[in-house]
Amino acid sequence: MAPPADGRVRLETQRLTALYGRRAAVKDVSILFPTHTVTAVIGPSGCGKSTFLRCLNRMHELAEGGWVTGKVLLDGEDIYDRDVDPIQLRRRVGMVFQRPTPFPTMTIYDNVAAGLRVNGRRPRAQLDAAVETALRRAALWDEVKDRLRHSALALSGGQQQRLCVARALAPEPEVLLLDEPTASLDPTGTQRIEELCHELKARYTIVIVTHNLQQAARISDYTAFFYLGDLIELGRTEQLFTKPTKEQTEAYITGRFG
Amino acid sequence: MNARRLRRRLVNGMMTALVGALSFVAVLALVLILGHLVAKGASSLDWSFFTKNPVPTGETGGGVAHAIVGSGIIVGLAALIGLPIGIGTGLYLAEYGSGRLGWVVRFVADVLNGTPSIVVGIFVWTWLVRPMGHFSAFAGSVALAILMVPMIARTTEELVRLVPHSLREAALALGYPRWRTSLRIVARTALAGILTGCLVAVARIAGETAPLLFTALGNVNFNTHIGEPMEALSLQIFQYATGPFDEWHRLAWASALVLMGLVLVLAILARWVLRSRHGAAR
Repeated sequence: MAPPADGRVRLETQRLTALYGRRAAVKDVSILFPTHTVTAVIGPSGCGKSTFLRCLNRMHELAEGGWVTGKVLLDGEDIYDRDVDPIQLRRRVGMVFQRPTPFPTMTIYDNVAAGLRVNGRRPRAQLDAAVETALRRAALWDEVKDRLRHSALALSGGQQQRLCVARALAPEPEVLLLDEPTASLDPTGTQRIEELCHELKARYTIVIVTHNLQQAARISDYTAFFYLGDLIELGRTEQLFTKPTKEQTEAYITGRFG
Repeated sequence: MNARRLRRRLVNGMMTALVGALSFVAVLALVLILGHLVAKGASSLDWSFFTKNPVPTGETGGGVAHAIVGSGIIVGLAALIGLPIGIGTGLYLAEYGSGRLGWVVRFVADVLNGTPSIVVGIFVWTWLVRPMGHFSAFAGSVALAILMVPMIARTTEELVRLVPHSLREAALALGYPRWRTSLRIVARTALAGILTGCLVAVARIAGETAPLLFTALGNVNFNTHIGEPMEALSLQIFQYATGPFDEWHRLAWASALVLMGLVLVLAILARWVLRSRHGAAR
């Protein structure tokens, strides 16, 4: 599969296959993720796109029977290498899930600080600054700055999801993985997350799994189309949506299946 | 059509009345017990009942301070031993207990849960009291702890399982090690429920008599040394209620009222914890 090569490459998969026991959910996928770009992963339900995303921060291996073959290179280093600690890795590759998952027992502040605190103690002032920065980047600061000590559950769904983005950003990851981040949000919440993607790609490399083709078209630079575990087509987003080279891709984006 | 509707209404009304009556009977039991205890025991509750130790047989007056303090020590020590083991086991079962070992632990806990408490008492007598050569409050606490552990383990497991999987994933994706996810996120989220389970378990064992008969034994004197026999409210009720003196019977009723009150307070506390902690931050 021809990589969309321009600029430096932050993340790269080489012949990545993800399995549950003996069943392969993602088959032999090679993709380059250039630095400071948004790559959308699309495809019908069960096509392996979520599994693929979970291979990029080694969450897949936590699933029952989950294992992989092939390589995932982050800054040129294979994250499946024997001496890479998955826990350290996950601090470099942040993730936001389909449903907002604020920690219910924690305040807004503590939620954002959680990923920093787990990485060792640091001075209060430094923590305060990092929390504020993360909340600002997630476009949530103005809404919560006066109630940082309140429960995170008091926020609306859209705010909770942006809180999760802030929580993922606080440890300063290099890559941000978004697993259908707007699936449970209303149009306003969705729009805010999409705007965020635009702003965040200046600092991070983003991979977003989405069911929403318009969303992929709106926010991504590159799009990868998965079907039944195979990477069918990968290309610049405008090209993939206007002049797909594969018949299956065209069928999917024109709504003939999936 | 109308006849059918009438029949439905009739059956509905009858069933509602039936479950209502049954619930009433259930509540009635508690009300009757409490009422009886208050009627028989309340008049004996005075300052000296709580602060004085028993007087020699034949004299009137005196209190059960020794039993109240003893119950506190025995139950407190049992909780100190039983809570960490029970909560730890529950956490293990919920988080890592999907394999064979988990199955075995779960089975043992269920069997232990159904074991008559007097059997536990005999067991502790065999393995602790006899080798040590004498009865002790400590042995009593161990017996009560053995009763608590399976109760707490199973409630903890159930409550931890209720924590959504997505929270675990979110913590792991943030770079939380697995043990820290279990403690900081999962256990913390289930904390209110776990605490409630613990309070219910403490309330349950606070009134146990049988496991203390061969372990803590009882003591007519005030004693705070856990290596020696100690009085407990339940033991004292048993002894006084079966004894021949009216004075003893009077004190037994009052002690029963106090014990019941303690259990009630624990139960109310459990409710309160569940409500006030549920979903609240910190």
